[in-house]
Amino acid sequence: MTAAGGLVTVLTLTGIALVLALLAPSRYRSLASGGASMGIGIAGIFTGVAAVTSPPKVALLIPIAVPGGLGLDPLVLSPTPLGGVFCIVVGAVGAVAALYGIGYAHGPAASRTGWSAFALFLLGMLIVPSAGDVVSFLLGWETMALASTVLVLSDHAERPAVRPAAAWYAVMTHLSFLTLATGFALLASKAHSTTFARIAEAGITGPTGISAFLLLLIGFATKAGLVPLHVWLPRAHPEAPSHVSAVMSAAMVKMGVYGIILLTTSWLPAVSRPFAVLVLALGVLSGSYGILQASITSDLKRLLAYSTTENVGLAVTAVGVGMLLSNAGQPEVASIAFVAALLLVVSHAAFKTVLFLGAGTILKATGERDLDRLGGLARTHPVTAWTFGLAAMGASALPITSGFVAEWTLLQAVVHGDGRANTMLALALPVTLGLLALTIGLGLLTFVKAFGMAFLARPRSNAAASPSPEFSSHPGTAAMGVAQVLGALAVWGLGLAAGPIATALSSVLGYSGIVSSEMGGLRLVTIGVLDPVALGILALGLALPVGLLVLIIRRRVPRRVTDLAWGCGGVRTSPRMEYTATSYAEPLVRVFGEALRPSRSLEVSQLGDDRVLESRVAFAQELTDIVEDRWYAPATRWLRIAGDQARRIQNGSIHRYLGFSFAALVLVLVVVTLP
Amino acid sequence: MIDVFLVILQVLVATAITPLLVGVMRQVRARMEGRVGAGLLQPYRDVRKLLAKEPLRADGSSIVLIAAPLVLLVSSLMVIALVPLVTTAYLPSIPNDLFVVVSLLLIGTVALALLGLDAGTAFGGMGSSRHMMIAALVEPTVLMSVYALSIPVGSSTLSRIVLARGADVTRVVTPAGLLAVVALVVVVLAETGRLPVDNPSTHLELTMIHEGMVLESAGRDLAWLELGSWLRLTALLGLVVNLALPWGLADTAQPLALLIAVAALCAKLLVAGGLIAAAEVFMAKVRLFRVPELLAGSFVLAFLAVTASYLAG
Repeated sequence: MTAAGGLVTVLTLTGIALVLALLAPSRYRSLASGGASMGIGIAGIFTGVAAVTSPPKVALLIPIAVPGGLGLDPLVLSPTPLGGVFCIVVGAVGAVAALYGIGYAHGPAASRTGWSAFALFLLGMLIVPSAGDVVSFLLGWETMALASTVLVLSDHAERPAVRPAAAWYAVMTHLSFLTLATGFALLASKAHSTTFARIAEAGITGPTGISAFLLLLIGFATKAGLVPLHVWLPRAHPEAPSHVSAVMSAAMVKMGVYGIILLTTSWLPAVSRPFAVLVLALGVLSGSYGILQASITSDLKRLLAYSTTENVGLAVTAVGVGMLLSNAGQPEVASIAFVAALLLVVSHAAFKTVLFLGAGTILKATGERDLDRLGGLARTHPVTAWTFGLAAMGASALPITSGFVAEWTLLQAVVHGDGRANTMLALALPVTLGLLALTIGLGLLTFVKAFGMAFLARPRSNAAASPSPEFSSHPGTAAMGVAQVLGALAVWGLGLAAGPIATALSSVLGYSGIVSSEMGGLRLVTIGVLDPVALGILALGLALPVGLLVLIIRRRVPRRVTDLAWGCGGVRTSPRMEYTATSYAEPLVRVFGEALRPSRSLEVSQLGDDRVLESRVAFAQELTDIVEDRWYAPATRWLRIAGDQARRIQNGSIHRYLGFSFAALVLVLVVVTLP
Repeated sequence: MIDVFLVILQVLVATAITPLLVGVMRQVRARMEGRVGAGLLQPYRDVRKLLAKEPLRADGSSIVLIAAPLVLLVSSLMVIALVPLVTTAYLPSIPNDLFVVVSLLLIGTVALALLGLDAGTAFGGMGSSRHMMIAALVEPTVLMSVYALSIPVGSSTLSRIVLARGADVTRVVTPAGLLAVVALVVVVLAETGRLPVDNPSTHLELTMIHEGMVLESAGRDLAWLELGSWLRLTALLGLVVNLALPWGLADTAQPLALLIAVAALCAKLLVAGGLIAAAEVFMAKVRLFRVPELLAGSFVLAFLAVTASYLAG
């Protein structure tokens, strides 16, 4: 299939999905429209593969019929190999999420609006990386933004928290659209064309270039959820239906990364050079801040959302490192950093899909997403436990998963950059590595907490103890399980087939310093080799004698099942005595107290006059996002005041409005008559 | 093929002397505290005893109870196989890259933490939480000291670092190299749960970290856990002594070279272990919330090591 054929199929299937969503009877709507949405995803994968292997000059060309002919170029959809990679990511995530949605979607998410918006959401996300010009890019961007806003709103009738979340999301995403549109307008006016090819050729520099760069960077950073523009993310992701959260988190935020890569490497490479440190700082800050917030939150989906900020931050860090190193004249290592960025994007897409889908299953089975009230789900939901566990390993970059390969590549790039080149590098690289290491360490804690609290130990609430019976008998559960298993296999497979994947990604960037080793590992020609398969063989080789020993001993000394755990001598009476997610993160909250500023209250009621005996102790802790409190709260307050002030102008008096019109007319006339 | 032989030999030797190392450390400590001690060979007897005892499984615990000890053991064995202890030879497709070694250690760390959570007891959760916090805060120092050591060599492969240091004595005593090794020592103490971060011989509920997580394990589960943790100690301590004194390692399979290498490793390990144990006698465990300060201190050392190696060329 050619890229053009793929795009036509995507458009056709979107049409079909829309028709099915609107016309199919409600019983079959999810199956029909969700199936078509799966088709969109699969067609997206084919488009991406075609774009990577044989990039077309122009895949689809749609002449614009704008009245008056504003001199705009025709709409061009021509995915570059880089865009192709993002098409594959979107397609794969979309297909798996749609499959999951067939079983999962219920209520408003399974309505006509819900499934139409889902199909349009996928379409928008496939248009963005295929776009070859500004207008189609923005069209795709806006389709994606609007459709996802509708999807975030799905459950607004059930949960009041949805509405402010959607409002935050809508405002932030449209601010991003605004800055992007302005930035692109500057570029297009300088280049006298709206196609990306001409913009890149124009080699724009100077103040226009710098303002366009900053505007576009802000726009993309907002979509990517980078600190301090991330505030919509931990609100919108948790409130959306889980299959939508998966797509938003695993695919949509990647459009921001795609934009940043294009911006710095293709559209404005000359302008962006001095801003390498800014990009790096954005990435590193997002990484460490995101994971710190994730590690202390106990809402599972909010935790995953913050971890998205972290992972996108890591990818942007890789881009920043790449920029810095290529500025310092070390193109070899810089290319490795850029490949690491793509590896991070791909691996995050795989594991974050599975994690959000797992959270969806938990939510559907127990009605809870608060880790403090979960526990023991490994026994009742083995498939979710295994897939979530594997994906959590990916998220904490443990071998042998995709996340491990990606972070190894990034670390190698950082360590092999030569800091002797200039002082900036000598300072930036160690700081980056230190913060990356902290991010990795906290990521480990976060996912041990998420997995351990949800799936191990004893249930901490009735809901977790007895999952709803209608859930297990629901026919859609099978579709959900298959989707989760597919995703988990991808996490593992991407980790095992590190070599071919990395080679393909580096050829996308036109770099040849990465080859496959004999066993499908990843060989950085000048640096070293990482061979996950060989590592697996070594593990098996060492596990074999241990396993044999266990088998022999097991026959001689059988295991005895007791009804109670030892628990240091106490008979455990209540699951309330267990450690919860909040208590698990308590040491961290103390250590990072300065950065987190938790608000705590401790109420102790004495028993009568006795100063020793206490009748009741109440502890409450609230953790808020400090960026939101410090920056956004004052900003919205000032906006509100400004709005109130503006109301004075609009007092409803017709005389005053006539006066305004007259003044405006005079002003226009004055401006026109000026030379 | 010769590499495979050397690696197998290294795993066997290191595993065999590990209980002795623990025995020496305990005995040194006991003698210095005025006790008789259980003898150098007690850890061997402990393992044999635990393997023969009946493992328990509490109702409500999951597969993690059985799998985690084995995962810890295998991950420690993998680290032993990769780290240059007896030999600087390595398997061609698995160079002993430090980032890989660190991630293998982390697998063991995670297995232990999940084990602590599995039974759902308060102490398990407490140990697990503290253990992961320390692991998270150690990570920057680990990677930073690795970074410092890799700069002069231009590679993060351990064998190449050790060989380069061995070939040129001046590398060992550069400020950067010394700072990195000192930082690494703190890391080893934290990672293996020694004083002043954790007290391996305490069962005082409010202070324990490692012991809190393994409370629910008995019989062979506990044996694997103990052995796995000891092997980590051997691997990390062996790595540090080989970085500090990078001599005596075999890079060929000549019997004499191997004999020297094994003897050198035993001597270096046991002396280092004895010194640590002796130092522990004079040290108290620091409060949990002072541990981050200790780790921050070692991070600063490692950071200085990196900048020093850039600036000093």
